[in-house]
Amino acid sequence: MRRAFHAPRSIRRRLTLQLVTGAALIALVLFVIVFNFARQIGSESQDRILAASAASILDETSVISGRIAIDIPYSAFSMLDNASDDRVFYRITRDGAGLTGYDDLPAAAQAGAAPGFDTVRFRGEDLRVATLSRRLSIGGTPVQIAVTVGQTRDALADVLSRILRVTVILGIGFFAASAMLAVLAGQSTANSLRRLAGSVSRRGPQDLRPVVAEVPSEMRPLVASLNSLIARLSTALTRTEDFIAEAAHRVRTPLATVRAHAENTLRRVDKEENRVALREMIRAIDESSRAAGQLLDHAMVSIRADQLDLSPVALNALVGELVDRLRPVADLKDMDLRYRGDGPLEILGDPILIQNAVRNLLDNAIKYAPADTPIRVTLTHQGRSAVLTIQDEGIGFPESGAAHLTGRFARGENAAGVIGSGLGLTIADEVARAHHGKLTVANTQGGPGACVRLSFPLR
Amino acid sequence: MRTLILSLALTLLALPLRAYEVEEHVRFPSERAGPELRVISTADVDLFTPFILGFQARNPGISVDYYMVSSSEIEIALTEDGAQFDLAISSAMDQQLRLANDGLVQSYRSTATASLPTWARWRDRVFAFTQEPAAIVLSRADFEGLPLPRTRQDLITALREHPERFQGRIGTYDVRESGLGYLFATQDGRSSETFWRLTQVIGGLGPRLYCCSSDMIEDTASGRIAVAYNVLGSYAQAREDLHDRIHVIAPEDFTTVLMRTVVIPVAAEQPAAAGLFIDHLIENVWFEDSGRFAFPGITSDSLTENASLRPIQLGPGLLVYLDRLKRQQFMEEWEAAMVQPG
Repeated sequence: MRRAFHAPRSIRRRLTLQLVTGAALIALVLFVIVFNFARQIGSESQDRILAASAASILDETSVISGRIAIDIPYSAFSMLDNASDDRVFYRITRDGAGLTGYDDLPAAAQAGAAPGFDTVRFRGEDLRVATLSRRLSIGGTPVQIAVTVGQTRDALADVLSRILRVTVILGIGFFAASAMLAVLAGQSTANSLRRLAGSVSRRGPQDLRPVVAEVPSEMRPLVASLNSLIARLSTALTRTEDFIAEAAHRVRTPLATVRAHAENTLRRVDKEENRVALREMIRAIDESSRAAGQLLDHAMVSIRADQLDLSPVALNALVGELVDRLRPVADLKDMDLRYRGDGPLEILGDPILIQNAVRNLLDNAIKYAPADTPIRVTLTHQGRSAVLTIQDEGIGFPESGAAHLTGRFARGENAAGVIGSGLGLTIADEVARAHHGKLTVANTQGGPGACVRLSFPLR
Repeated sequence: MRTLILSLALTLLALPLRAYEVEEHVRFPSERAGPELRVISTADVDLFTPFILGFQARNPGISVDYYMVSSSEIEIALTEDGAQFDLAISSAMDQQLRLANDGLVQSYRSTATASLPTWARWRDRVFAFTQEPAAIVLSRADFEGLPLPRTRQDLITALREHPERFQGRIGTYDVRESGLGYLFATQDGRSSETFWRLTQVIGGLGPRLYCCSSDMIEDTASGRIAVAYNVLGSYAQAREDLHDRIHVIAPEDFTTVLMRTVVIPVAAEQPAAAGLFIDHLIENVWFEDSGRFAFPGITSDSLTENASLRPIQLGPGLLVYLDRLKRQQFMEEWEAAMVQPG
């Protein structure tokens, strides 16, 4: 229950709670005011009737031949009749001495000619009394005649309990209506936040335009800072892509230059030990160049895979082009690179990433398979997927299994003699995942060599 | 059966000395041992016996001790003497109301009392169980050949035109002794000025003053008096044996209607049994077809149909004529009109 004492974390809840609490307070205040007002009015109306009753008795009080004559009118008491059958008491005094009525009935203190009112305890009940007095003269001697009329307060209590019931219903009704409005207000506030969140999350990956949705003025600072964040993010992304392109260029070009120089030198050098050293050098340069290329590929894949830029890709054409481009490299090892593709298979994807993946797989096959062996590349339509299969007749994957090879920098135990960074399969795997596709690596059944399958869902 | 009980239980001579005067005391023993209900009442034993026997038939085991008194005696018994009774039944509504107003009676609630209209109960303490008109009873013999008076004015005319026939032969309540007579007289005085003129005329004819309705009815029937003014109509109706000798007139100018009421005094020792008795009265007198009983119930329908019926309101207005000074003043006026010298 500790939670209840903290402001709730949800804006909707906090707002609703505050409004509901406010409504409860107002309902309570309303109740107290209305009830007190009703009690005052009820009390005043009883006072008025009591005063009228006392006045009507006093009106019928006169001096007849030196004697005080009091002829209480029937209406003096019948006007006090009410639905609750309240008890009625009265007392008439002359200069404080009882003339008639209930001798022990206390009188109310009176100011001048105005009636005085009081609430007294009489015969075990609360009594409201009104006292009115008048000066008469008997043979030149002034006498004070005071009339006190009292009544129990059952009718008032009845009326009050009825008003209390109505007021309670009114208060509860007001509270319920306010609480409902509070919930609605909380919801509508939360909704405008949710709408903003929705409009931001529905955006495409490349959509880094500022948010222009109509929002309540209180949320404008949030949108402004969101827009400024988007702007900075956009700048940072552009800068990263630029950096990758720049780095690729900067690293590859000097390495190519160094390799060219090393090859030239190799041709001129006759001494066997120098030639060995130069060949080692060329090998190291190749390794660096390839590693740099793959690292940059991987970085590119990572960035682009996070926010995939989908467009229709003609897979057949893309793979055919890559095979053609890599054929010279394969020819160097006297490899027969054969490609057979089913008709136009179109998928939704990022062409640059798919190109990257396929190139790395072809690269791997050419590199790890022994010279003078064929590499078969086939593109087939299987169910709802396009499947690219690359089969070679090389040493294949190690017996220990091929699954872990898609991990970063993982290399097969049997690939020690070949230049490689271990990133090729990783890149292909990440691209496949980003496109909801799949990369499977296995050895060719019933024969030497590896079989790599890359599948993408069709459009 | 009834006469047997009456003769067995008539003990009015054997009563110990009391400040209040008991006219008749009847005990209705029960077959089984059980609580004893002490009832003080203004109703004639003869007329009330069927209700008591009916009550005992429904509640065997409750014996009833019935004290019949005149209406002013009830108040004396319950206030000054502090006598212990479980029920007080009276036709003097004003005194019953004052007992309740002064806190001398208990409240009682049941389904039967809740079924009473609000004007027939007061503070759940005073319960009405009959509505009885104040009637004029005439001797058939004396009005032979005369038009029957329908209103007080008719009566005044008849009395003025034939003073020799009515001299000394008019009967009415002595309001100084009878609480019911005082209630009827004050309500009449409130309703119309005709009452005072009639009182003057009656006073001039040397009236006979009575304590009780039954005496007036019997004297009219016997020819002792010719006119009885302000008689309980219910009693007159109940005396079917006398109907060939009397006319019972409900004056058409206005007929005062009183409600017979019952209360449970605070000193009651058997309030539960008293409550049962009240339920019985309400159920059997107020609501049942009362043709079988001596007390006719007047339904609220007949009250609205007959505009001349003036029911006495059960409310604090009744306290007015009980005021010492007011009463004194009324008595002076009444005596001046009624008890004329010569």
